[in-house]
Amino acid sequence: MSDNAVLQMNNIRMRFGSHYALKGVSLSIRRGEVFGLLGQNGSGKSTMIKVLAGFHQPEEGSEVILWGQKMPLPLNQMDIKTRGVAFVHQHLGLVPSLTVVENMRVTALGRKNPWFVSWKSEGQRVARLFAEFDLAIDPFATIAELPPVERAFVAIIRAFEDLRASDAGYGGEGILVLDEPTPFLPAEDVKRLFSLIRSIVKTGASVVIVTHDIDEVREITDRVAILRDGELVDILDTKTSERQTILDTIVGSRIDAFVKTRKAEARPAAVTVRGVTDGASPAFDLDIAEGETLGVTGLIGSGFAALPYLLCGARKGAGRITLSGQVVDLAKITPAKAQMMGIAFLPGDRLGAAGVGSLSVTDNITLPVLGQHLKPLGLDRGSMAREAARLSEIYDVRPPRPEMMLGSLSGGNQQKVLLAKWLQIKPKLLMLDEPTQGVDFGARQQIFKALDRATAQGTSILCASTDNEQLEQICDRIIVFSKGRPVMELKGDDITRKAITEACFYSDTHQAEAAE
Amino acid sequence: MTTIDMPAKASRPAFNIKREGERFALVAAWLLLIVIFGTLMPDSFLSWRNFSTMFGSQAVLVVLTLAIIIPLTSGDFDLSGASILTMSSMLIAVLNVKHGWSIGPVIIVALVSGAVIGAINAFFVLYFRIHSLIVTLGVGTFVNGMILWVSQSQTISGVSMTLVEWVIINRLFGIPLAFFYALILAAVIWYVLEYTIPGRKLLFVGRGREVSRLNGINVDKVRAVSFIVSGLIAALAGVFYSGMTGSADPLSGLNLLLPAFAAAFLGATTISPGRFNSFGAIISVYFLVTGITGLTMLGAQAYVQNLFYGGALVIAVSLSQLVRNRQPQDFS
Repeated sequence: MSDNAVLQMNNIRMRFGSHYALKGVSLSIRRGEVFGLLGQNGSGKSTMIKVLAGFHQPEEGSEVILWGQKMPLPLNQMDIKTRGVAFVHQHLGLVPSLTVVENMRVTALGRKNPWFVSWKSEGQRVARLFAEFDLAIDPFATIAELPPVERAFVAIIRAFEDLRASDAGYGGEGILVLDEPTPFLPAEDVKRLFSLIRSIVKTGASVVIVTHDIDEVREITDRVAILRDGELVDILDTKTSERQTILDTIVGSRIDAFVKTRKAEARPAAVTVRGVTDGASPAFDLDIAEGETLGVTGLIGSGFAALPYLLCGARKGAGRITLSGQVVDLAKITPAKAQMMGIAFLPGDRLGAAGVGSLSVTDNITLPVLGQHLKPLGLDRGSMAREAARLSEIYDVRPPRPEMMLGSLSGGNQQKVLLAKWLQIKPKLLMLDEPTQGVDFGARQQIFKALDRATAQGTSILCASTDNEQLEQICDRIIVFSKGRPVMELKGDDITRKAITEACFYSDTHQAEAAE
Repeated sequence: MTTIDMPAKASRPAFNIKREGERFALVAAWLLLIVIFGTLMPDSFLSWRNFSTMFGSQAVLVVLTLAIIIPLTSGDFDLSGASILTMSSMLIAVLNVKHGWSIGPVIIVALVSGAVIGAINAFFVLYFRIHSLIVTLGVGTFVNGMILWVSQSQTISGVSMTLVEWVIINRLFGIPLAFFYALILAAVIWYVLEYTIPGRKLLFVGRGREVSRLNGINVDKVRAVSFIVSGLIAALAGVFYSGMTGSADPLSGLNLLLPAFAAAFLGATTISPGRFNSFGAIISVYFLVTGITGLTMLGAQAYVQNLFYGGALVIAVSLSQLVRNRQPQDFS
């Protein structure tokens, strides 16, 4: 391949049981480039990274060549690390209750004395390292105190430090592998993250970034490899490729983005919310019409994200909600009561708050409708399984095997299951928090269509999200928040990605000026 | 729905030899033990008398194990189980023998004491948000002190023969009734966990508290009920314990705590692997007891009991992990 390849992976074949996850994929990464690895969920991009990390052992004949030297199979995790490849996985691998310095120390290679740690000098060292990249993060803050983007910074800097300490680091080289670092970050934080990546590349290192966000790929990468069903489809030059070209290459055939016909205005409100507040920010009112999809957005910390939690009693608040003539005090509402009124809430944290990964799809999907499966002799497990299979088929859950653990499905399929769980009760109000975070393009369109069908049947939807593309695709109306209150409303043709972004920032600066 | 279409047909779960092997490995190990000891001592070990004694005498351990798997399912540890058991049996002896109460009301008082201690556990765990391990350890130790106090560190014998008859003397197929009580209780718990809505809620609370809360399950109520029911069942084990011997001593019941946990965790590797389940618990208890009885009959010393409880737990769980390709266990 090319002469200045720092990493070559040749003919990588990886099998799980009888299924080939990678069917002979070859790539090479050049020195000092940002290389994207793109594909749908299940296309093999994460498996590729796990092979490189030494978590999965590829079949005989697969070759991993680092700086011209072939790594012996089976691959050794430590060897790869000391040779100068560092990884940041999606969940970052930080311990929230420990401080930044302690977290930075965990993986430290090449430390001289393992029996004594001077925390003071470690702290200074870490602070200097942050300063190199213009980051102002307190080394003695606990990870839990940091905003999500700074946690990502800590994980990335930690990996960068490993590169420096590695063999390759002496030449200023190294390969930093980022596995989906952005899905939990709002747009402006992604920008900060990318500028950090650019300054790391300037030091001579190469970066491999795994993602399924096409816009991010176009913004940060030089070249992008596209995988589909375990095969390498193409390697494209990012600068010269059209967005639609990349998209079509990922899917294999042309896939159309879901297009919503926005509903006409001036319908009576089905849900009215009066004087809602979390106790700290000012109270405000809100109406949602029957079958309307209302988006709420804003910068992180602007208070929009708390709204669904307040309305279903998952967080303490005050105010009143009226739904089909029933008035309920928000200070007294509980998730159980909200559910009885016809309010369903799908939290963003799929396996932490929305569903249980260690229980089956059937168990998860039937939770809100157990009463319907109750026979005189107890729960009818057969009918539960049949119902789960039926819903799995309607919502195109893959694989359609409801006895599988929820946690073993891909993110997009987990979300289809959790959405099916709530849509089967035909809620009057469905509240969503980042409904397609970490979900690939195809599954996203399926989810949007399912939501659209629900609104056609009269369900009102409240969607809290910072994903402007998603908001543009599904919302009839968008309310932008700033400093804990709604400041701007976008309707109809005013709803564009650009307008949403501008509204988020404009409303923020506008408010700041008004405050002065 | 989109242009990418894969055949989305529902497939039946295939009969999986490995999974079935995992489910019944412990049963097979138990049968193997019986065959080994049976070959070594065909006359004494393989007698119905020996088996009926084993089944009857270990019913107390079975019931205590069933008591602790309820909070284990909802994600809490109850280390006070054996203390509740001993307290219950001591209350029976003291009230029945020393104060001359008739046995009926005495049993009710004993059961209520278990429920009350369970409620105390629940209060401290849920109101102050303390880890259940800490609370039940503390409450259990406190109860141990109270047992020594009310009994003045004495063994009290002479408990109503009616109780003794209904626990150990009356037999069905030659097996003391206590065994059947334990079996019925196990069936009830299995039914509640698998086929009722409260059972589903218990399982969800154990696997994901935040998920359960946001799905409208009253998590605190479920956990409180599981502590109270656990206390009640542990107290029932205490009733059987005093019925076994017609007496109560302030210490020996406490030794059942670790075997009960051993059986609960061992039971979670069998029948429905990965879940605490009542029939798995029964099989584990009798697997452990068969091993100990066999070794004792071969002339082993008393210490073999702990060697076997501890060793068998670690080895059996390790073997089941090998079957699972050493994936981390996830009970919670």
